[in-house]
Amino acid sequence: MPDKNRKPDQKERERLSNSAADGQYDISPESTGPNAWERVLLARHVERPHALDFIQILTRDFVELHGDRHFGDDAALVGGLARFEGRSVVVMGHQKGRDTKENIQRNFGMPRAEGYRKALRLMHHAAKFKLPILSFIDTPGAFPGKESEERGVAQAIAENLMVMSRLPVPIIALVTGEGGSGGALAISVADRLLMLENAVYSVASPEGSAAILWRDASQAAAAAEAMKITAPDLLGFGIIDEVIPEPPGGAHNNTPELMANVRAVLLRGLTELENRYSLSTAAGLEALLEARYQKYRQVGRWMELSQDGLGYNYQP
Amino acid sequence: MEKIFKRLPRNGAERDKEILAGQNSPLETSQKGETGQPEQAKSKSAESDGPAPKFAWSLKSQGQGKSGKNNPLIEKEIPDDLWIKCTQCKELLYSKEFEHNKKVCPKCGYHFRLGAWERVALLLDENSFVEINRDLVTTDPLNFTSPTELPYHLKAAESRSKTGLNEAIITGYGSLEQLPVALAVCDFAYQGGSMGSVFGEKLVRLVELALERRLPMLTISASGGARMHEGMFSLMQMTKTTAALARLGEAGLPHISLLTDPCTGGVIASYASVADVVLAEPGALLGFAGPRVIEQITKQKLPPGFQTAEFLLEHGMIDRVVPRKELRPLLLNLLGFYQMSGSSQAVEERALEVSYAG
Repeated sequence: MPDKNRKPDQKERERLSNSAADGQYDISPESTGPNAWERVLLARHVERPHALDFIQILTRDFVELHGDRHFGDDAALVGGLARFEGRSVVVMGHQKGRDTKENIQRNFGMPRAEGYRKALRLMHHAAKFKLPILSFIDTPGAFPGKESEERGVAQAIAENLMVMSRLPVPIIALVTGEGGSGGALAISVADRLLMLENAVYSVASPEGSAAILWRDASQAAAAAEAMKITAPDLLGFGIIDEVIPEPPGGAHNNTPELMANVRAVLLRGLTELENRYSLSTAAGLEALLEARYQKYRQVGRWMELSQDGLGYNYQP
Repeated sequence: MEKIFKRLPRNGAERDKEILAGQNSPLETSQKGETGQPEQAKSKSAESDGPAPKFAWSLKSQGQGKSGKNNPLIEKEIPDDLWIKCTQCKELLYSKEFEHNKKVCPKCGYHFRLGAWERVALLLDENSFVEINRDLVTTDPLNFTSPTELPYHLKAAESRSKTGLNEAIITGYGSLEQLPVALAVCDFAYQGGSMGSVFGEKLVRLVELALERRLPMLTISASGGARMHEGMFSLMQMTKTTAALARLGEAGLPHISLLTDPCTGGVIASYASVADVVLAEPGALLGFAGPRVIEQITKQKLPPGFQTAEFLLEHGMIDRVVPRKELRPLLLNLLGFYQMSGSSQAVEERALEVSYAG
């Protein structure tokens, strides 16, 4: 067991990201896989495929659409129309950069309000033309800046949650890297919520969690462990539907293999949804939306204080 | 008032105290980080040495918590229940006048924070509120461990015994000038009003009740956001609550949201912002990320008045900023516009009768 209280210093970060890059951490069958913090580093790895890589490799004829029609075009959240295995789809995702210059342009994959409103526009587009949505999640979170607040990033996220929960098209969301808080959630309300093996999805970034809980952002590794943010953890909780395996050493080590895995799972998920609900009929769409509602309705753990005062009745 | 008293923890709080008594727990270390309001937290935990506050909504204890810490003078020389010092203008206020004014400073208009039961008492008809799902309490789904804090299930027990609440939200139904409403109110004193599994479940069950009985929905939010200790379960409550309210809207039932100080993060970015009408109390801190986070991360200097209710109004994010004493008549007026199941004429008649004196 890794020490939960250790602090990752700069050296360790380098070692991990280098060893991860070379596929040199323990990947033997006996290993339980990378620990939570190692997965965070893998999820953030600069060579890891980003949304546009997934879109370009998995789909054909991608046409990127720009702008939210209100304020601007957010390069941190991309989307458009594409063809996936013979059908038209709407694709969207958070886009990080590969180098400093691109990262500044992409704002490190942290969308502002206009990014979420562009996504909202694409959702309405999908609903209008009855196109399934494929969404690729990879963001540290929505951008916490002055302009975000001025343009109502909270309201934009809330609006997306509401619209997505009732959008009458199949939605599949895949967390490819970092699923950071509300900024990730805002494009990941879905009929199938998937994660790559080393992706993480959390209520706040490990650094943010550590800062909030312990007023010490350097405790990020401990927070990553305590917050149960890995794909296997979340599958165990029933919060996500499936984990897509990554090649040894991480997604970036063998992109073709990764993409083949992803393509197979996305296609299977989409076909299942199409077959289970006759989506051309009102009743079929109603059933799809009801299933989506129930999927989120049941998330949570609680118990009831017993009436006799002798303990708790556990009623999950 | 009888119904309000009824919700007092019959044995829950006592049991929680027993659980806590068995632990050598550093009570002081918790709470502080999350509420963002250390003074209140401190004085509250001092109180918890004695018996759990009997009436969590009691006007006095909140006032003390807010002003006491920085004012040894008040603590020592002036009887607690006589004078209150305004947090904003530092004016000394006669506590009876202060309470009569719904805990708004008569001099500068500063709106003090209210506990959930105070809100219920101020908003609904006397004796009309019936709490539902009071006994739902949190588990520890992550088996959350932390080097500096109590284990989560003990922290929850502590919060329950300290606040007299079983969660950061109370839900139920009652009437506003005889008009039936479903009401959910956050209490910031309970772990910063944070939203976890139980919060979400209680809110969704209330929405389901509103759907079943065709009630309009009022939510009053004061929250730091999603609760860290339940991890992704908390984040998913954003979707869960919002999706439930989407269905309420499809059924043609209105949702009116009041944002109060402070409301940030996962609550303002979910159900609290998707209401048909969004209101806010004057001066309330409202925003996605807290001002400290923004300044730290972006190194941007934030102008005065940033992230206040007035700021959101100016940027078109909310409908109105409503002083506390105008809230009741405004809500009644608003609800009168929507047709629920009952006769709309009766609603109109009631709206005419209500006094605007608050």
